[in-house]
Amino acid sequence: MGVSIVGVGMVPVREHWSKGLAELAAEAGALALRDADIGKVDALYIGNAYGATFNQQTQLGSLLAAALGLPGVEAYTSEAGDASGGVALRTGYLAAASGAAQSVLVLGVEKATDIVGPARWSARNVSLDAEIESINGATLTAMAGLLMRRYMYEFGLELSQFEGFSINAHRNGSQNEFAMYRNRLRSGAFIKAPMIADPVSLFDSAPDGDGAAAVVLVNSELAADLVPRPISIRGSAVATESLMLQDRADPLALAAVAKSTAQCLDQAGLTPAELDALELHDAFTILTALSLEAIGVSDRGRGWEWARAEGAGIAPNGELPLSTFGGLKSRGNPGGATGIYQAVEAVRQLNGQAGENQVPDARHILIQSIGGLGATVATHILSVPPV
Amino acid sequence: MTSGGAEFPTGVDRAYDCGGGARGTVFSYTLVQEPAAEFESQAPFYLALVELEAGELITAQLTDVDGAVEIGDAVEMVTRKLTTDGQRGMIVYGYKFRPAMK
Repeated sequence: MGVSIVGVGMVPVREHWSKGLAELAAEAGALALRDADIGKVDALYIGNAYGATFNQQTQLGSLLAAALGLPGVEAYTSEAGDASGGVALRTGYLAAASGAAQSVLVLGVEKATDIVGPARWSARNVSLDAEIESINGATLTAMAGLLMRRYMYEFGLELSQFEGFSINAHRNGSQNEFAMYRNRLRSGAFIKAPMIADPVSLFDSAPDGDGAAAVVLVNSELAADLVPRPISIRGSAVATESLMLQDRADPLALAAVAKSTAQCLDQAGLTPAELDALELHDAFTILTALSLEAIGVSDRGRGWEWARAEGAGIAPNGELPLSTFGGLKSRGNPGGATGIYQAVEAVRQLNGQAGENQVPDARHILIQSIGGLGATVATHILSVPPV
Repeated sequence: MTSGGAEFPTGVDRAYDCGGGARGTVFSYTLVQEPAAEFESQAPFYLALVELEAGELITAQLTDVDGAVEIGDAVEMVTRKLTTDGQRGMIVYGYKFRPAMK
């Protein structure tokens, strides 16, 4: 059974110091239910990565079902690090596709900015290998630094050759009122940014933010009666590979990106060339470059080439639009909510509601949510209804 | 699985024989400037993926580094304090790699 999105909602990604986790979540969930014009759903699936360590809060299913006025509903969290939003969408998709639920609310939420600095790095480290990575001083950003330096070494690249990914993200994010950092990046600023774990700098990596986003899913037969233009989920897949870089036969090949993308494209009956835009997990520019290679739109060692000319080829009017509302880099990365922001943004694109960031004639958009450096990868393809 | 009497976990089975010498080369490295709280007092420090002679990669800090680090540098394993654990400050020992003695 096909599954469609019939309602979306999100709050701006910010430092929401005056709002609690449940408040943020309830706001986004209520917006999505109102957008779908339905009062209740059969199931509520939460994407949340760090509630346990950022907020000392688990059992978000029960907490948020009550906050949303959905007493008794089936509700629980799906967790896969920063892919939590993507795997929650997968959970909702499976429930609706199987017929187990007629209607599903998938809600991503993260409240990250109540803790700062080294304490937040420690709290985030629960998604690494505790016994081998974290205990040796690793952070996800440090592991990204290891991956990026090896890539630059193998293919003879300079730091400046990655700047276009961040410039494009901020150019698009500057026109998105939901984005956390709406500043533009000038060419040349990227290589001067303070290092976090070199070569990964402040302008290379996505900022954590507080946010919540939600989508309402129903089976596609039902969808046609609810809204004039339901967006269909044409592909849905999750794949995993080793949590640690050290266990991978080839750390520069994101095997789970390749696998989940191939499954998704196969299910949708599409080729990479038929995708009109990609919302990739651009937490670090190296993840974008390697994802483009694993997806199959670049040869090995050449994914970075899409960053050329300040990312002209990946702008909304370019050959391969990326991060069309700013991506993780400029919109911000609210952990377990990020994968749902991608879904909401794709729906806006497919409905022609993207304003200055509109991709012309967008019909098929791939969204991808990554935990770790490709350890868990959730990929979905969203499409306009057939004419 | 031992390495000169010292045991350490890694790999899929989380323990393997490093061949006694525990030498390798730097596969990649980074200078960690913004660490987790447990490592705040040590920053900045080098973290590396070391390719052991047997071919496995291992995640570890570099220590006793004097000058620049390069991919391909020869390194050898040493036992060092990693951090302290909990309120009682129990010392956590583990492995790091230092530039190999010529």
